[in-house]
Amino acid sequence: MLSIKNLQARIEEKEILKGINLDIKPGEVHAIMGPNGSGKSTLASVLAGRADYEVTAGSVEFLGKDLLELSPEDRAREGVFLAFQYPIEMPGVSTTNFVKTAVNEIRKYRGEEPMDAVAFLKLMKERMKLVNIDQALLSRSLNEGFSGGEKKRNEIFQMAMLEPKLAILDETDSGLDIDALRIVAEGVNKLKSKDNATLVITHYQRLLDYIVPDYVHILYKGRIVKTGGKELALELEEKGYDFIKEELGEEVESPL
Amino acid sequence: MSELKELIQNKLSKESFSGNGSLKALSQKGLELFNEQGIPTVKHEEWKYTRISAALNKNFSYAEGATAITAKEVEEFRLPGYEAANELVFVNGIYHAELSNIRSSADELVILPLSEAVKGEYKSIVDSNLGHSAGYHKDGINALNNAFAYQGLFISVKKNKSVEHPLYCYYINDARTVNVLSQPRTLIHVAANAEVKVVEEEVTIGTSDSFINKISEIVVEDNAQVHLYKIQNEDSHSSCVKTTHVRQIGVSKVNSVTITLNGGVIRNNLNFILEAPGCESNMYGLYCVKGSTHVDNHTIVDNKMPNSLSNELYKGIIDENATAVFNGKIFVRKDAQKTNAYQSNKNILLSDTATVNTKPQLEIFADDVKCSHGCTIGRLDDEALFYLQSRGIGDKAAKALLLHAFAIEILEKIELEPIRQYVDQIISERLDFEI
Ligand SMILES: Nc1ncnc2c1ncn2[C@@H]1O[C@H](COP(=O)(O)OP(=O)(O)O)[C@@H](O)[C@H]1O
Ligand SMILES: [Mg+2]
Repeated sequence: MLSIKNLQARIEEKEILKGINLDIKPGEVHAIMGPNGSGKSTLASVLAGRADYEVTAGSVEFLGKDLLELSPEDRAREGVFLAFQYPIEMPGVSTTNFVKTAVNEIRKYRGEEPMDAVAFLKLMKERMKLVNIDQALLSRSLNEGFSGGEKKRNEIFQMAMLEPKLAILDETDSGLDIDALRIVAEGVNKLKSKDNATLVITHYQRLLDYIVPDYVHILYKGRIVKTGGKELALELEEKGYDFIKEELGEEVESPL
Repeated sequence: MSELKELIQNKLSKESFSGNGSLKALSQKGLELFNEQGIPTVKHEEWKYTRISAALNKNFSYAEGATAITAKEVEEFRLPGYEAANELVFVNGIYHAELSNIRSSADELVILPLSEAVKGEYKSIVDSNLGHSAGYHKDGINALNNAFAYQGLFISVKKNKSVEHPLYCYYINDARTVNVLSQPRTLIHVAANAEVKVVEEEVTIGTSDSFINKISEIVVEDNAQVHLYKIQNEDSHSSCVKTTHVRQIGVSKVNSVTITLNGGVIRNNLNFILEAPGCESNMYGLYCVKGSTHVDNHTIVDNKMPNSLSNELYKGIIDENATAVFNGKIFVRKDAQKTNAYQSNKNILLSDTATVNTKPQLEIFADDVKCSHGCTIGRLDDEALFYLQSRGIGDKAAKALLLHAFAIEILEKIELEPIRQYVDQIISERLDFEI
């Protein structure tokens, strides 16, 4: 479904991604772990099409299309979804209006009629339950004055409404207490199917107790330095990131 | 310019205003000052960015018979909610009772020609308030309207009355056959404990050039509440200078929302003179302009007594070759301790040829005050745009959503649902936004 080959990207002359290789198949859950500053959000942003980053080498194929050639909105319309690490506040735009616009823009792209108000409301009610979000929150300005947990639940609610093929969750667990974490993880799990895939970016192993990955990749200084099963996350949790530095320190530090 | 002076001189010499007292004095003084000063040019400090001379150099005519407006023609520009409104129709600057539709009873709402009000029970109100704005605008354009003040209208909202039917004021210039310059003048008195909402719109009929030079002076007594809404949506051949001068002489609350959508050269003067302690004044504005529209909002808040609160927020979306000016003056006089005065002007430029000039001016003579001001000129926020795009929302729809969200903060201040909806509709169409 997603095939990343030797992806390199920089921002303002600073090389951040230094050759990422990653293959994700339908139905799989991949986790990317790594210390702060290793490039996790950069990878997510490059996949979603943020313009600040310049891709200097490599390729990304998504469902047979050259993802890097598509505009951010077309990537979303093709089925890529990014749950932001820091969701943006939008005074004056309610979640409902925001999501309705998104749903209909995606339908238009697919040559479908806009969803009528009744069907939209019904779908919204159903998906609200997934992440335990209430109507009042959806009527408010998007993310404005939301708690950390509300913002993250709202991201997953949007995902539930847009039904992406590839969901990238960027530190969706950060700032959540254990109850909120469970709600978010359950929501994600319910949306999983054999046809869609999930890329979970996290700093801590904790989330992976709930969203169990098929593969765990460790991103360090812009490279995936180790890949394993879910037990790799546990090992990392136990030994800390220094174990990676020690194990790979020389290779990583040495100029290649 | 001498042509304009001649025209005015001729017109005034033909009028047979025989009154005496403050009205006559104001008219005479106005004419003198106008003759002396003429139309302010960009050399005048307060008119630096707004050139009105071209819009006033138009061969205006006062031809008789040009004002045959029928009720059916009025139908076409009535604002939504008119069924429940008092409708006041001014044609070429002069109040037209037959075309107007007053629903409130006379024990709530009194409407009189100024020339009558100046003689009767309202004499002292007229004497002490009419022409008060001239103290703040010592220029020829204010003087020019003063010269015609004898044609003006007096409106009084009676004590303890909350006027259920809002006042919809239509200022019509009939430019079907000639170029029209009109000078509407109102003095609105809102007595103690009264409440009223006033909506104003300028309308030009026909395709000749039109200029409205209007002054509205409003005096607000203790515990009264006033809402002032202006909608400006004219063609490029229609220009105006509108001065709204509010004196809050009692502890009162006044909200003003000025919406500018289209026009030639538009200058809005909005003054709040806070003469009682503990007043509240809210001044909101939204200008969403394109083409070659020029909009200038000059505001003054003059805090004279302690403990008042003024809140000012003007927002602008400026596209194509349009230009916007914002000038916000706040005076805090030495007795106005514990004044809270906030001012903010935010602009979004949508094209490289759109311009804005914004200038706050604070003059503070008291020491215990809270004042803040700020202005921004920017483009749409890239972060927000990316967030929208990442959800599949295309560039055009994303921009429309963000611009509408920017505007809505002001639209929400209109506490008159049919008017709010009406303006929202126009803005949404302008921005290609689907409500
Ligand atoms: N806008 C930016 N400008 C400059 N440097 C940036 C910018 N965004 C990220 N970086 C840098 O890129 C590196 C990777 O950041 P990021 O992808 O956010 O890491 P992570 O998500 O793994 O914590 C960091 O060193 C960070 O400082
Ligand atoms: Mg990050």
